[in-house]
Amino acid sequence: MATLVARLSQSRLGGWVRQAFSPARTLSLAFLTLGGFVAGVIFWGGFNTVLEATNTERFCVSCHEMETNVFEELKGTIHFTNRSGVRATCPDCHVPHEWTNKIARKMQASKEVWGHIFGSIDTREKFLALRRHLAEREWERMKANDSLECRNCHSAESMDLTKQNPRAARAHEQFLFTGQRTCIDCHKGIAHKLPNMSGVPGWE
Amino acid sequence: MKRVILLSLASALPCLAAGALFAQQIGGPGRDAPRLRGPEPFTRDTPAPPMQRQITDDVRRRRNYPDQPPLIPHAIEGYALDLNANKCLSCHSRQFTEQSQAPMISVTHYQDRNGNFLGELAPRRYACLTCHVPQTTAQPLVENLFTDIRELAEPERQGRR
Repeated sequence: MATLVARLSQSRLGGWVRQAFSPARTLSLAFLTLGGFVAGVIFWGGFNTVLEATNTERFCVSCHEMETNVFEELKGTIHFTNRSGVRATCPDCHVPHEWTNKIARKMQASKEVWGHIFGSIDTREKFLALRRHLAEREWERMKANDSLECRNCHSAESMDLTKQNPRAARAHEQFLFTGQRTCIDCHKGIAHKLPNMSGVPGWE
Repeated sequence: MKRVILLSLASALPCLAAGALFAQQIGGPGRDAPRLRGPEPFTRDTPAPPMQRQITDDVRRRRNYPDQPPLIPHAIEGYALDLNANKCLSCHSRQFTEQSQAPMISVTHYQDRNGNFLGELAPRRYACLTCHVPQTTAQPLVENLFTDIRELAEPERQGRR
């Protein structure tokens, strides 16, 4: 063990480590602290800028898998165009807004980069074959977080039941307000086409 | 040569005349149902008519005759109805009517065409929108001359008494 440490400290890597941990001789303390601060600002700002850049509709649609399949389907729905001109873009529903969860989701998304590089859904047929699996992942995620991404815009507290038609009002009163169901339990396939729904609860 | 042309013209004349007559009758003013795209000829671009408001009051409409497929008194925009999914059944099929309080699809929909009862919806009844349609507030383009069968049968019933 001792010989290993001694050999390591003599190597080039060992030299760098020793230098990094010994006090600076020529650089002033002010330079190091202020420089470190500025470097930190640049790094953190850059990190967040890139993070936000990957959190836009334009970025998502830059992959043809997204553009030709799910984005085309979104276009016909109320979350894309509507009378009041508000649009829910991809990350509004598919990326958590809170920072920690967002980073966790972003790390999971590295699997999607892998899938893109190796073409796991690079044709329509491959996409359709995997659609049930992909949809189930999203349903599970939204079920687990109590449809948080829906509730970022639609909150039960600000729902005016008298403005809803009686059918919707009764369903919300019975299932949503009592906590029996969460949004995604009933509102599947509102932004994209559905996979084969056989065996999904609530569907025939 | 000249005779041939004259002859063919003479023989074509009745056809042309009949065509013109028919065209006038069919397309003539007041004789034809108003065309869906309006009075403008199809060669001219006309702005699309505004979308009609859907009826969403959930009030059941009376059937005009006993076999009429019931109308849909609610919006169905965005409801899936394809090979993968049928949103209608999520409320109207037998097992979901308790929680949805929606009318159950007719018992005939659980029979095959020989009248045998099936445990599930008959595949031939899967495409709901073939017979059941939502309604809009659009005004009818032509006067509706439909007469209820009860009104037709009324004189007979009066006579029997």
